[in-house]
Amino acid sequence: MTDPIIEHAVDMESKRFGLKKPMVRYDTQGEMSDAERVKKAMQHFAKDFGYVAATYMESCVHCGICANACHFYVTTGDPKYTPIWKIEPFKQAYKREAGPFAFFYKLFNLKHKVTVEELEAWQELIYDSCTMCGRCTLACPMSIDIASLVGMARHAMFHAGLVPHELWAVALKAEEEGSPLGANPKVFKERIRWMEDEHEVDMYIDKEQADILVCMSSIEIQKYPKSMADTAKVLNYLGLSWTFHTEGYEATNFGLLSGNLDWQKDMSQKIIDTAIKIKAKTVLLPECGHAYQAMRWHGANMYGQSLPFTVVHISEFLADAVEQGKLKLRTVGKTAAFHDPCQVSRRGGATQAPRKIIEALGIELREPASSGDFNWCCGGGGGVITIHRADELRYKAMELKLKQMDSTRAHLMLTSCSNCRQNFDDSGEHLAWGRKIESLLELVADNLIEDK
Amino acid sequence: MSVTLLDFARGPAMQWALIIFVFGMVWRLVGVWGLRHKADHSQPRVTQGVWKRGLRAVFVRVLPYPEFAPKVQGQYWISYVFHLGFFIVLLFFVPHILFFEDILGFGWPGLPNNVIFFVGGITVAALMVALIKRILNPVTRMMSNFDDYFAWFVTIAPVVTGLLVNANLIPNYELMLAIHILSFQLLLIYLPFGKLMHGFWLMVSRWTTAVRFARRGGLS
Repeated sequence: MTDPIIEHAVDMESKRFGLKKPMVRYDTQGEMSDAERVKKAMQHFAKDFGYVAATYMESCVHCGICANACHFYVTTGDPKYTPIWKIEPFKQAYKREAGPFAFFYKLFNLKHKVTVEELEAWQELIYDSCTMCGRCTLACPMSIDIASLVGMARHAMFHAGLVPHELWAVALKAEEEGSPLGANPKVFKERIRWMEDEHEVDMYIDKEQADILVCMSSIEIQKYPKSMADTAKVLNYLGLSWTFHTEGYEATNFGLLSGNLDWQKDMSQKIIDTAIKIKAKTVLLPECGHAYQAMRWHGANMYGQSLPFTVVHISEFLADAVEQGKLKLRTVGKTAAFHDPCQVSRRGGATQAPRKIIEALGIELREPASSGDFNWCCGGGGGVITIHRADELRYKAMELKLKQMDSTRAHLMLTSCSNCRQNFDDSGEHLAWGRKIESLLELVADNLIEDK
Repeated sequence: MSVTLLDFARGPAMQWALIIFVFGMVWRLVGVWGLRHKADHSQPRVTQGVWKRGLRAVFVRVLPYPEFAPKVQGQYWISYVFHLGFFIVLLFFVPHILFFEDILGFGWPGLPNNVIFFVGGITVAALMVALIKRILNPVTRMMSNFDDYFAWFVTIAPVVTGLLVNANLIPNYELMLAIHILSFQLLLIYLPFGKLMHGFWLMVSRWTTAVRFARRGGLS
């Protein structure tokens, strides 16, 4: 009888079927002591703490109902993905450090001090498994806006150097180069010229004065450049004064997604400054959900006062043009299912805009269960798609999404968010969906009736 | 001795419990309200009736959205049964009304004792079911802390002791009554410090979220 190979020790003691969870993996940035990480996390968490967040922290009754709204919980059944649980260390910290009875909690040590181990373990919950889609907000009987609390927790995590590496690196790239995906001003300009040739459409860039400043997301610039040409085509069709601008074009905001408020401000400021410089009356945002959230709802707050221009999402813009009868569209016929981008519909309030456009295209919209404001998130927003270790989780969420879309048996699959689109493309391929989701903007541009 | 305990329960204990209840509640609500209120500079999509939407939400959100109802309505029903049961017993049992009359100077008609005992029994049963569900459901089991179990205990204690007082199972009626009153005071004293405050927060929180999203034209 030969000796067993002992090079790889075999653990005969552990239960064979008990090893459900792999070891917790987390990333760190910067050289800091553990105590310093915790301190920074708490400082930055407290920094933007006001009565709204405090009310939410006070209100949770631990009913667990929010779990039913979360695509990550529903598809895995793992209790740790319960939305409000994702901010548990911060709830503890609030009660101990900031709440009205903080002295009480501290004096009797009723809530222990948050440890760096807890923050490390929570990294996955705050980043990998939350798209900040806000579906849980609608399920919570207390109306706690959990998504906004996760956003605040990210501020803390960023300054503690506890961000998943890929997301952190992408955010850094965006801050330093002006684009998370390498679409720096030079690349942006080149790709515009290329699209201009390719699609034979006039595309304006760096005009000194224009009524509309048009922004793009890196995903479109790099992956779906036809969107740029199509935006130009529609704007030219309407005879509007518009321009792209190399000083302010990147609509995505990885400062917001990663949790760095300073960077979020920098990124928004570029667009704001450019719009003011060219005296734009409108900033037109591309098919991107978080870009809409960042500029439409956070932009003025980053600026510190109301913006001297209006901010519109391309779907709102198109819906307006359709309603005013300025946009004449061919009847496409067919049936379609529409995937609502969470940040534009549920959290943005523009749920009806794409529906008006779809109607104008003569398409029969088939709403599946859980659509519109209650839409299931695609699972890739909030920076999740950049985190590779979250891929499996993201695919799981997408299984639910695809099932929902397929239930309509519609001819066309549409959306108006390039990040959702990119996630559908990637996950769809992984899950052998065999279908493609299309951009609503591109569908409109392809079906313009030119008055001759 | 038992008479003294009852005197204590009816006298100074009641006064202190009420003082701690009112002061604690105000402290906690004002403490949170007093934190920074940040102005939202974004251009609202909706300007009319935002306040009304906030007020509406307090009532509309009493029930889950139909979207989530199939999965969560059982939990809603159980909690409404014990909430409603608790308040029926508290407000419509004749001896309780006499107690309130003492403080407020006016009373109201009560319900027959048999009805009260029946409702009390249902309340205890619903609270037991709620506790069992909390322990059996992996999500709530994971989230639950001391506050959850203690809040449950101080809620069920006055109902159980109240039923015991009237069931005459315990020979020393006055001692039992004293324990019943003290258990209610424990509830009053604990209320401002834990999750039982949700009775107040639910209005603040629902209103806050509804107003925030109403100006965006979004759902809340």
